[in-house]
Amino acid sequence: MSRLAPGHRGCPGCCDAMAANFVLEAAGDDIIVVSPTGCLEVMTTPYPESAWEVPWIHSLFENAASVAAGIESALKALGRKGNTKIIALAGDGATMDIGTLGLSGAFERGHDITYVCIDNEAYMNTGVQRSGGTPYGASTTTSPTGKESFGNRTQKKNMPAIMAAHGAPYVTTTSISYPKDMMRKVKKAVDIEGPCYIHAHAPCSTGWRFESSRTVEIGKLAVETALWPLYEIEYSEITGVKKIKNRKPVEDYLKAQGRFKHLFTKEGGEKEIAKIQDIADWNVKHYELE
Amino acid sequence: MKIAIGGMVEPGSTRVNKTGSWRIYRPLYHRDKCIKCGICSMLCPDSSVKAQEDGYVIFDYEYCKGCGICAYECPKDAIEMVLEEK
Ligand SMILES: Cc1ncc(C[n+]2csc(CCOP(=O)(O)OP(=O)(O)O)c2C)c(N)n1
Ligand code: SF4
Ligand code: SF4
Ligand code: SF4
Ligand SMILES: [Mg+2]
Repeated sequence: MSRLAPGHRGCPGCCDAMAANFVLEAAGDDIIVVSPTGCLEVMTTPYPESAWEVPWIHSLFENAASVAAGIESALKALGRKGNTKIIALAGDGATMDIGTLGLSGAFERGHDITYVCIDNEAYMNTGVQRSGGTPYGASTTTSPTGKESFGNRTQKKNMPAIMAAHGAPYVTTTSISYPKDMMRKVKKAVDIEGPCYIHAHAPCSTGWRFESSRTVEIGKLAVETALWPLYEIEYSEITGVKKIKNRKPVEDYLKAQGRFKHLFTKEGGEKEIAKIQDIADWNVKHYELE
Repeated sequence: MKIAIGGMVEPGSTRVNKTGSWRIYRPLYHRDKCIKCGICSMLCPDSSVKAQEDGYVIFDYEYCKGCGICAYECPKDAIEMVLEEK
């Protein structure tokens, strides 16, 4: 199975590279990959080089799903679709903000594509600006903490719910910290006919400010605190949930990252942490995680 | 620079870029402690730990960036990060 070739320009410990490797390992070699603009695209393919060893295309920031849908339609029209899997690998900004329209259209039309959102919770490639994937309280360059501010004021958009509302055959969350879970879900998605959506949580040491060696640990803490629930949805019904034993308080996750540091050093931070705990508690109830 | 039609490039051509020069810490392998679980080779973002046929792993110092994930996640502490000497 192919992985990304070494020599790419991802930061040491890059989450996007890990996500791409797991997708490549699970999906096999008969694939065509589409990446919109973002870290994965920029760091794997600084012209005239590329770390990809499968057919791969980059067009624009906003149109990964449309390009994937176009490839699928063209192959079908030419009678050459065969067993080839078309996979989009896109960032959270590309997916949850600028590319949502094209993504929704592709799922509405029912193309046989697998769309993977690699969610590192901000626009990393342009310097950590907030996106619809940035969680409440995180400090980014466009939601900075300061005298008055406690960081990002909005909640993380529930993108899997939006995708599930399309009635897609398969929508799932996963995390790069659970490679086996992620690879099983990728394999399942590419084998299902129709549009499938995988939302992979991806801790970015550069943007979230933690030691690169702890990338996997941080992603596990998100799951163990119930801030990132792992579940599967088939035709809008929840069909699988990863249960949490001995749930950890959200502080364990937050205090490990520089982007949440102000919650522990600024007066009034406890109130903000309590709000974040409420989000985790809601997840536990809503997805029946315990 | 002349740009090829469609901006086509050769697969895997980032290999010309030897990212091992980025490294500050180097993974040092203690083979005697290794249980061949394959976690390190699965996780490495730079495809720089490879499992051999006998299950033991080798590190590719030409590309390893020294992120430390393999050492942190190894269940047997068979990988130690040591300061790179240049
Ligand atoms: C239309 C357009 N707007 C803005 C940009 C600049 N831009 C390039 S990459 C990027 C951020 C990508 O963020 P995300 O999709 O989350 O991927 P990440 O880099 O975080 O993996 C932005 C804003 C662009 N290339 N095209
Ligand atoms: S900023 Fe984050 S996603 Fe981008 S290359 Fe660095 S580690 Fe990877
Ligand atoms: S993670 Fe540790 S024990 Fe497992 S294969 Fe690698 S070195 Fe050996
Ligand atoms: S230190 Fe990082 S780049 Fe080097 S072998 Fe280990 S996981 Fe790979
Ligand atoms: Mg992002």
